[in-house]
Amino acid sequence: MSNTTRPLIKPKKNKTRIWLIYITLALIYIWAFSGMPLPDVKETAAQVSKAIFSGIFSPDWDYVYLPDGEDLLRGLLDTLAIAILGTFISAFLCVPFSFLAASNMSKGRSLSNTGKFILSLIRTFPEIVMAIMFIKAVGPGSFAGVLALGLHSIGMLGKLFTEEIESVDPGPAEALTATGANRLQIIWFAILPQVLPGFLSYTLYRFEINVRSASILGVIGAGGIGTLLIFALSSRDWERVGIILLGIIVMVTFIDLLSGYIRKKIV
Amino acid sequence: MMSTQPQKRVIPEPPSKLKTYFTFFIILLLIFGSAIQTNTSITELIAGFPNMMDLLVQMVPPNWSYFGKIVPAMLETIRMALLGTTFGAIIAIPIALFSASNIVKNTWVFYPVRFILNLIRTIPDLLLAAIFVSIFGLGPLPGILALTIFSIGLVAKLTYEAIEAIDPGPMEAMTSVGANKIQWIFFGVIPQVLPHYISYVLYTFEVNIRAAAVLGLVGAGGIGLYYDRTLGFFEYDKTSSIIIFTLVVVLIIDFISTKLREKLI
Amino acid sequence: MIEFNNVSKTYPNGVKGLSNINLKIEEGEFVVIVGLSGAGKSTLLRSINRLIEISDGEILIEGKSITKAKGSELRRIRRDIGMIFQSFNLVKRSSVLRNVLSGRVGYHSTLRTILGLFPKEDVDLAFDALDRVNILEKAYSRATELSGGQQQRVSIARALAQEAKIILADEPVASLDPLTTKQVMNDLKRINQELGITTIVNLHFIDLAREYATRIIGLRAGEVVFDGPVSEATDEKFSEIYGRPIKKDELLEVEV
Repeated sequence: MSNTTRPLIKPKKNKTRIWLIYITLALIYIWAFSGMPLPDVKETAAQVSKAIFSGIFSPDWDYVYLPDGEDLLRGLLDTLAIAILGTFISAFLCVPFSFLAASNMSKGRSLSNTGKFILSLIRTFPEIVMAIMFIKAVGPGSFAGVLALGLHSIGMLGKLFTEEIESVDPGPAEALTATGANRLQIIWFAILPQVLPGFLSYTLYRFEINVRSASILGVIGAGGIGTLLIFALSSRDWERVGIILLGIIVMVTFIDLLSGYIRKKIV
Repeated sequence: MMSTQPQKRVIPEPPSKLKTYFTFFIILLLIFGSAIQTNTSITELIAGFPNMMDLLVQMVPPNWSYFGKIVPAMLETIRMALLGTTFGAIIAIPIALFSASNIVKNTWVFYPVRFILNLIRTIPDLLLAAIFVSIFGLGPLPGILALTIFSIGLVAKLTYEAIEAIDPGPMEAMTSVGANKIQWIFFGVIPQVLPHYISYVLYTFEVNIRAAAVLGLVGAGGIGLYYDRTLGFFEYDKTSSIIIFTLVVVLIIDFISTKLREKLI
Repeated sequence: MIEFNNVSKTYPNGVKGLSNINLKIEEGEFVVIVGLSGAGKSTLLRSINRLIEISDGEILIEGKSITKAKGSELRRIRRDIGMIFQSFNLVKRSSVLRNVLSGRVGYHSTLRTILGLFPKEDVDLAFDALDRVNILEKAYSRATELSGGQQQRVSIARALAQEAKIILADEPVASLDPLTTKQVMNDLKRINQELGITTIVNLHFIDLAREYATRIIGLRAGEVVFDGPVSEATDEKFSEIYGRPIKKDELLEVEV
């Protein structure tokens, strides 16, 4: 062959690096699989899954509405209410917070950085653990769920709001300064109109996430449909599990579609 | 100062504000309705505030010696997230290919696949875990399965959107050299989406670590189990060490994963 | 009257924006500032309402020092100075009327303006201002729906609603086509003559400067190198200001 005329240059260094990555990956997976529980499946597993499946396909329609007490509709309504109120509280609290954390609004760099650090701390703190703590404070029920969502959502919404404020056109604020407006008037007349559509759109997006979150809060007793699902699961009422799952799927899909439609209209 | 004849000018009609008022009314109605439905009361919050402060005070200082005890559970959490992400990411590949309208040109295929994908994405991971626990019993297995399904939804959705955004040039080139469908995907599609796919898998892993940390609350393995245990026994100093440990692990994994993702794209 | 006493400006990176400027601008003048880009035109203009802090010297507006003013006193002086920008600086999503009314916020308390409770006289003033620049019928349109020339007229209306005694215009026609350039310049000139508002405009078109100004100030590297009536601003003088012969793109050449 023409090896002498066309020497093939092999990127040798790259190759060892690729091998290193493969070996690391292999070691990680060996470690992971070695600790994997052998599928010590209960003999009832097949039976239970079949029951759940048949439950989903032949749901307990009567459970949708019961004249007295806990039924699917009330559970879903509760879930929605938790999501709506939690989202509203966090969006409301986020506004002053994000103005502090935006680097083009606050004077000192340190203030903005502190704000951003607090936001990322809130974001990493699991909402379900927050819910447990609020249950300790106000007792079990939907209100604890509202507070947990309201506080946890600040982390993500605050970050998005801050980025929205940092991307505004500084021109109108300059014009307002030139007319002799004070700080608050500048924010109100020049900044807020620019960021409001973004704020609304992000709030709706977070609402979609919160509807899902609100449906799991019940697992630890913070209200919503989750509580009913746990009851149905522990009493092995599979048809009821089926209708609850169906209810959650329909509700989440509907909210996603509605919110997506409104968000498209805003921007 | 202004001396143009003000009588002569025709001031336009202001637009109707009815729509704005109506929107505000609806929003207020939703908020008040929700407040009533959830038994929201500010007095209760104020009354409960000392309780919460009390709890927070008891959380400091964290019980540092508890770290040693929860290391195995933390490793199990990471393992669950790793396996769940891996299984989910593998299963997501064919689903993503079948959902992409530029790969499968038949509407009767990609719409139903996408529909099922959307259905999967509506069920939160903790509920999936609760269901799997009642099927398979307590332990990490239901957790892994729940994370697998959750990962399928996330990876498949992000990947099929990436596939639909790729440059059609290389695919046309493969068609023109006479490649069959499998060759066409391997040489025309995969090289283009691979970096995106790996990046999405890493991102999903970040999300799954957070999720795996709380799955224990429904008995699906990992460190979440210890929240229940310590909070139940009012050992708040231990709870705070779990929280701190989890935060540290999450932040480290986020950091590594973000660095890797930056290198990929 | 605007007075510059030994004004200098050095930017943090060491660049000299203005050096030792001494000027007196009388009421009712129509001053055009010319010079190459980077000569300090914008710095000079923005130092008048203190959008830029000067490093040395003092600027007096109607005998009051804006350089030393603080807080509400500074805002009160700014209230009397309208400003027009190259990129209009309107709030694009807000209505034209709201943009014009935002010129009035310096006159009222924060709470009152935030609640939108502008007195009827203010709203009348805003309509008057819009009428004067011939876009009254657009009062309730969003600013984005307007053409560039119309947007610039809205920002003139904003300055009018402000009841400004001085109007500063920083390259007001640089993003407009020749035809609308003429309309906007005519508006500025008319307002200057009818209402006696002192007007200071930065321009880079030489023929426009000659056509509209009563007085031309030439800047070069932060120094005043020419200051006199239009009749004295000959082509040779402009070549001096620019440090080179006049180029073609420094003339607007419109036939209206």
